[in-house]
Amino acid sequence: MSENKPDKTPLEDHESRKHVDEVSGVETTGHSWDGLRELNNPLPRWWVWIFLITIIWSIGYFIIYPAWPVPGGATEGVIGYTQYKELEDSQREIRTRQQAYLEDFEGASYEEILNDAELYNFAVSGGAAAFKENCAACHGTGAQGGKGYPNLNDDDWLWGGQLDEIHQTLLYGIRTDSLDSRMSLMPAFGKDEILEKDEINAVVDYVLSFSAGDHDTTRVSEGRIIFQKQCATCHGNDAKGDQSKGAPNLTDKIWLYGGDRETVYDTVYYARSGMMPSWGNRLDENTIRQLTIYLHQLGGVEESEAEAEQDGDVLELPDKGLYDDAPPESPEYEKTQNLPSGEEAVAPQPEAPVAREETEQETAVSDEREPDKD
Amino acid sequence: MSANPTKTDPAKANQGLLGYFAKQDRIYPKRVWGKYRKLKWVAMIVTLGIYYLAPFIRWDRGPNLPDQAILIDLQGPRAYWFWIEIWPQEVYILTGILILAAIALFFITSLFGRVWCGYFCPQTVWTDLFIWVERIIQGDRNARKRLREGPWTWTKIRKVTLTHIIWLVIAWCTAGSFVLYFNDAPTLVRSFFEFDVSPTVLGFIAGLTFSTYLMAGFAREQVCTYMCPYARFQSAMFDKDTLIIGYDVERGEPRGKHKKGESWEGRGHCIDCTACVQVCPTGIDIREGLQMECIACGLCVDACNDIMDKIDLPRGLIRYDTTHHMEAKEKGGEEQFRFWRPRTIYYGLILAVVGAVMLSALIFRSPVELHVLRDRNPLYVQLSSGMIRNGYVIKILNKTHQHRVYGLSVEGLDNATIDVKAAGDIDSQSLYVPADSVGSYHIYISADVDPASPRDIQIRLKATEDSSIKESTDTVFITRQER
Repeated sequence: MSENKPDKTPLEDHESRKHVDEVSGVETTGHSWDGLRELNNPLPRWWVWIFLITIIWSIGYFIIYPAWPVPGGATEGVIGYTQYKELEDSQREIRTRQQAYLEDFEGASYEEILNDAELYNFAVSGGAAAFKENCAACHGTGAQGGKGYPNLNDDDWLWGGQLDEIHQTLLYGIRTDSLDSRMSLMPAFGKDEILEKDEINAVVDYVLSFSAGDHDTTRVSEGRIIFQKQCATCHGNDAKGDQSKGAPNLTDKIWLYGGDRETVYDTVYYARSGMMPSWGNRLDENTIRQLTIYLHQLGGVEESEAEAEQDGDVLELPDKGLYDDAPPESPEYEKTQNLPSGEEAVAPQPEAPVAREETEQETAVSDEREPDKD
Repeated sequence: MSANPTKTDPAKANQGLLGYFAKQDRIYPKRVWGKYRKLKWVAMIVTLGIYYLAPFIRWDRGPNLPDQAILIDLQGPRAYWFWIEIWPQEVYILTGILILAAIALFFITSLFGRVWCGYFCPQTVWTDLFIWVERIIQGDRNARKRLREGPWTWTKIRKVTLTHIIWLVIAWCTAGSFVLYFNDAPTLVRSFFEFDVSPTVLGFIAGLTFSTYLMAGFAREQVCTYMCPYARFQSAMFDKDTLIIGYDVERGEPRGKHKKGESWEGRGHCIDCTACVQVCPTGIDIREGLQMECIACGLCVDACNDIMDKIDLPRGLIRYDTTHHMEAKEKGGEEQFRFWRPRTIYYGLILAVVGAVMLSALIFRSPVELHVLRDRNPLYVQLSSGMIRNGYVIKILNKTHQHRVYGLSVEGLDNATIDVKAAGDIDSQSLYVPADSVGSYHIYISADVDPASPRDIQIRLKATEDSSIKESTDTVFITRQER
């Protein structure tokens, strides 16, 4: 039984020593492990052919597509396919599609864009993308802002929320070297010894009295006098701010750096002077205009507020006349925020690191965009 | 059958590794007449008739809409079935249909066995059609076998070529019909003859022609035996009261050849004529009992009944029967068929429930749908006045065939204002959505609320001209950061 002639196929060999399993009635292969026998339920032969065909197919795949690793890369494949090329192609296609809109967009005024659904949607989508690339680092991906970085969704604007005002801010930035930059400087009343600590406390009490913050009512009238003398020039007699100077409205519910007593005290003591880079020399005019429209639809203010108020659809806000905010932004400020007021709190130098970071980022972006204009 | 390696031709067994694998046995099903064969013809004509002709049925839906009764418009993207129009958002209807089909299959299988396999499965129907073509051209079982095993003569070349050409034409029609369900049928047929068809369509036609030709012409029962998962798991729905094809062992055995006039005493009624084996499209011997390969087509029943008639014995040596019934008969008793058993009752119940849910979903679906997507970044915005504002993207699915203007309102917030962020002068009462399309608007809802807790609100939508067209969606108005 066990003799195994070399000219026999495995099957023939098996035929000579058949064993049929009693339970299933199926033959076994002759393999046995401790009495467990393997049933012989062979695969169909066509299955083998299909298996072989898939191997041949894979060879074709190797020839056509990049496949074999070789020193210095991989074989290129006869059709020269790469995913980079595919990406380039699809990006070129997208740019071509954008071009059609861009031509119309370039020639249209803001008013025309706001009344044309196609151009408007184009601007909002383009602006949203540009915002995430350039602005989200400080203002957050949803433009929700943070301490020291204005929330661009609300109706409170430091330098004005109308289209041309947003455009101007984007173009030249805030407290930059540009001649047309938004520029203002709040004095550091405490640090520069303009006011005594008691006087500052009184001003803080007065300011907090508008928004019903935590304040000492007995010092409000004292604070009022100091405020009128020192602060009203920029923030106005009624403390409602002045957008031409970027002086925030101190009477509303929105605080850029925080509306608690300690923070407001710090603000008066050290002053705030956040900055925003000018984007005019980094982004092209179309992108700036797209960003303007995007930001305007987030929380911008209509051109004519009086009209807007009559239109019942727009938010009815009691203090609609004056939109502004706290002073601009600087990330370094946050670090000093919790320090007690005194010598150890060093006035920050916000510009340098922020500017460098954003310049690098922008360089990368503009490199990508160069072919766009071709 | 083919799973048995001993059937491998020893002369060809010397094939090295391939010797380990089972060769496909060629099956030449013999022609048969009878009740079940007739049923199979009817099933084939009805199913193929529906398949090939349904794309040409017209159904008027009004201007700018396709007038094809059954159409899956992938560009639209819409699916049309006579008066029913399905949007991609309603893909749950498709899911429901698939669930219904699965449960219906379970239900039918537990009652009647594998009738789906035997009569309605496309693999069975097209294989049957291809075998019919084969028989018309090459003759019945023995002639076909002789032709295949014989030498290549001109007659053989002519017959085989003709068979394959007809197969390919049928396969091409099958593929073409499939594509018609996704395009306007008359237009596509015309453009096909004008050689003006897209590469996609040609690719589908080529692929499906090839697969039909391969599956019905060559793979045949191999699909049922090796590929089809249903064949395997349908046995899980079987019990002893399921109708199966059964050979009456008690009556048939011991089998043996029988000469006319001989006594039937002391022997079985099976005369071992192998008629049942010869007609079997999967090549099994049903007398060995229920087997995995059996598709319950009943052709062996017809074949055996025919023989029984000829030898003046009662029909039904091979018959559709239940295991219980056959066992009871063996013991001399009679047992009723038990159609209603726990298994069939709960399959039936599930079927009824799913069917009712589907039907009500279909009947009560609104001509307009409102989807509300909350802005999540930021979750809420505080305005300078202290009011809270939330942003939402609302999508209005206008399924009516008219351009409509919709108005929005908010429930659950006092003095809420709705501001629409869109081009032009659009307010919350003038949301325009063209016929059969989706309107998407970004809205801001603002309210002077105590920011203590988020509230559940309801956004309501109503068509301005027809207040019966309305929809509402629950959402939430967030007033503070949850930490």
